Amino acid sequence: MGRSELKKEGESLLRVEDLSKSFGGVLAVDGVSFELPSGQLLGIIGPNGSGKTTLVNLITGFIKPDRGRVIYSGNDITGWPPYKIVTLGIARTFQMVKPFYQLPAYKNLIIPLCSPRVKAMAGGKYGERDAVALDLLEEVGFERDSYVSYKVASSLPQGYLKRLELAKAIALRPDLIILDELFSGLSLAEVASIVPIIEKLRFQGKTMIMIEHRLKELFRIADRVMVLNYGQKIAEGSAKEVMESEEVKNAYLGSEE
Amino acid sequence: MEKRKERIDRGIKARSEDIFALSSYREMLYLLVPRAIPVVGLLFLAPFLSPYWREIFISTSVYALLAISWDLLISAGLVSLGQSLFYGIGSYVAGSLNHYYSLPPILTIPIATVAGGIICTIVLLPVLRLRGIYFAMVTLVVPLMFSRLVEATRILGGTEGLTGLTPFPSPWVSLYVIEIAVLVTLFGFRRLMGSDWGLIVKGINDNDRSVMSAGLNIHWYKAQVVFLGASVGCFAGAFGTHLDMFAGMPGFALDYSIMPIAAAVVGGAGSFAGPLLGAFILVPLSEILRSLGALRIVFYGMFLVIFVVGLPEGIFRFLQRKYHQFERWVEVS
Amino acid sequence: MLIGTLVYGFVNSAILALVAMGFNLTFGISGVANFAYGAVYIFSGFFAWILLNSAGLPYIVCVIGAIVGAGILGILMYYTVILRVKGIALSEVMATFGLGLAIMELFRYFDFVGFRYTLPIFFDGSLSMGEVYIDYQRLIIALIAIALTTFLYFFTRYTKIGLAFRAIAQDERTALTFGIESDRIGALSMAFGSALAAVAAIVILPLGTIAVEGGYEVLINALAVCIVGGLGSTVGILVASVLIGYAQTFTANYLEPHWMILVSLIAIAVILTIKPSGLFGKQKELEERV
Repeated sequence: MGRSELKKEGESLLRVEDLSKSFGGVLAVDGVSFELPSGQLLGIIGPNGSGKTTLVNLITGFIKPDRGRVIYSGNDITGWPPYKIVTLGIARTFQMVKPFYQLPAYKNLIIPLCSPRVKAMAGGKYGERDAVALDLLEEVGFERDSYVSYKVASSLPQGYLKRLELAKAIALRPDLIILDELFSGLSLAEVASIVPIIEKLRFQGKTMIMIEHRLKELFRIADRVMVLNYGQKIAEGSAKEVMESEEVKNAYLGSEE
Repeated sequence: MEKRKERIDRGIKARSEDIFALSSYREMLYLLVPRAIPVVGLLFLAPFLSPYWREIFISTSVYALLAISWDLLISAGLVSLGQSLFYGIGSYVAGSLNHYYSLPPILTIPIATVAGGIICTIVLLPVLRLRGIYFAMVTLVVPLMFSRLVEATRILGGTEGLTGLTPFPSPWVSLYVIEIAVLVTLFGFRRLMGSDWGLIVKGINDNDRSVMSAGLNIHWYKAQVVFLGASVGCFAGAFGTHLDMFAGMPGFALDYSIMPIAAAVVGGAGSFAGPLLGAFILVPLSEILRSLGALRIVFYGMFLVIFVVGLPEGIFRFLQRKYHQFERWVEVS
Repeated sequence: MLIGTLVYGFVNSAILALVAMGFNLTFGISGVANFAYGAVYIFSGFFAWILLNSAGLPYIVCVIGAIVGAGILGILMYYTVILRVKGIALSEVMATFGLGLAIMELFRYFDFVGFRYTLPIFFDGSLSMGEVYIDYQRLIIALIAIALTTFLYFFTRYTKIGLAFRAIAQDERTALTFGIESDRIGALSMAFGSALAAVAAIVILPLGTIAVEGGYEVLINALAVCIVGGLGSTVGILVASVLIGYAQTFTANYLEPHWMILVSLIAIAVILTIKPSGLFGKQKELEERV
């Protein structure tokens, strides 16, 4: 199923329409709509609890929406199970890293490499995948020929775990990568070393959504920024436009009246 | 002068747990010997035993199979408190095929293994969607309810069970059937868990959401695990049925659940060799302690608690560590 | 016939609810599934019997003694075993299961088997409602079930410790930051759950004999009710008890008594297929909140 055949000319890679979800009466995501053309990087910002992660979970199928649709590459993927959505080419990272703690770092990548999507694209037998995994780790900044790649994930520091999380997403050879607060909990130096990796992915033509609190780094690489507050989209546009919006200032600084 | 214990891996381990660098026959032997022990033990020890102990050897192997099956389930994070479900289903499928359709053991056992595995998987399928302790709750409840079902509806021989089933042609046949089955399961499962498939299963236990977001259907993998585990358990049941020439409600009894769990926990879960070792410690021990009656089950219960709380790695991992590592005391300055 | 079935169905539901309530309470608060629950139940029965027959204490003292004893047993189990494996669900299950086995089979070993092991009923006699006769003991079971439910409702909403229970149940880490000690609350949850098992034992056991098998039975009934109602949900437990209780009584009266067990099995099978987490269950498979 080639996605180019299903995709109409000029249509966005991802289209979200009126997506809503409430938890026990609280609207976590409230009627959010947006479009994401292929190759763009969309930043999503907003105060804590504004529904950013829920939005990611809704798009990737981890939560089923109450209302609205998610259309990816011309497929209505609303309510699909997560593993099927991945097969279409959406990969995500988790805000709280979710490595396989008992496995060595490079073995962590074997699991995504075994997914039907990668198998169909790359083939490869047992054992050969180890080499691919080591290459991927090098790509996200694990030093080659060091022991770090062979260490059990539970013994790795947070910086490496975040890179591993990124590598697990890249391993799926996705078209759309959703990064949920990849920079949170990292030092400035660590962030600075990951930014080039993301820029490289963009250069390769990947479409991306980044949820971020580090506005400075995000604004440098994002094409567009969307702001959420109390589950609603309150602004969308270039970084400059967004930061000048009154509503955004109110949301972040608290309204004066 | 204070001292601390230092543990050093032997040199043939390269980089990680499962990569070895072998450079001599001696080192190959070093890896081969522990693997040869179960093979030699299971295949060649029995002729030296008295007929009484040979029977116990066989029943130990039946429990070992159930314990290995339990170990496979636990590696996917599924705690089964009802291995007797598998034993009972396997036993009744084989028993009824033999009783009602007069099929010989050579057909009933394979059919019961596969069909029993399918039945158990279907029964447990809905629970696989849930996390946590639901699997334990359902596996504990279902076999006991099945035995009541048999009692209430009087199907499959009711409380009397199905008797007079075809026995094995000779004790030696039954001995070698079960020992080969144990070896095939042991090394087969070890191989399987070392493959990509095994990695995915371990991943599900570790972090199911991550496996899901890697584009893999965790329910499908869990169903496969349950099918494999259940099939092994059903084989044990079918074998036991023909051994005892009887299929009945005791097949669903707690005994077939408690002993395998205790064996797996005492031996150490996660290696398949641990449960085997555990079974070969506990079952003969319980035979020696036969005069104690109900107190034996008290011991199993206490073993479970002590090992889960105090030595969760189990005996096998402990021995493995001693074998693979140097230990020495070094001075702490 | 119908009125009788309705009345006895209610009593049956009350028994199931009583039995499941303690298991559910402990799980609801501290997330510990106490598989030694059946053992606590028969421990309470035997303990009361010993106090009554060997120590010769007045019955009311025995009742209180059994309830307190069960509570202490719960606390002991928590501090000696559960606390050491707290948070590892698989270990908790196996440790409590092993502990339960050991306790129950210990009673069997010391020969607590036979018809002489009975607890006295509270009041002799029965009440007639039209053509339906119901003995006082069953009436008391129903009343106590209702009273306990009401008590628990108000307890968790209006007392300090009850609110702490709910806080821990909802978010252990946040509760810790408010100065609620989760270990102590965990121990208390075991104490309360076990005490509830003792109450159930004291009121239900006079209907029959105290037997080790009864412990397994109680655990299985509790689990069945929790599976159908949804673990951790009190409303679920009540609804499931009424559902299974009435279905069992109707089957027993209009079909055949030994088909009763089928009801639970079918209820479990149906619920698991339609809504695996139970009628009011909160166990979600993959959802992740904000």
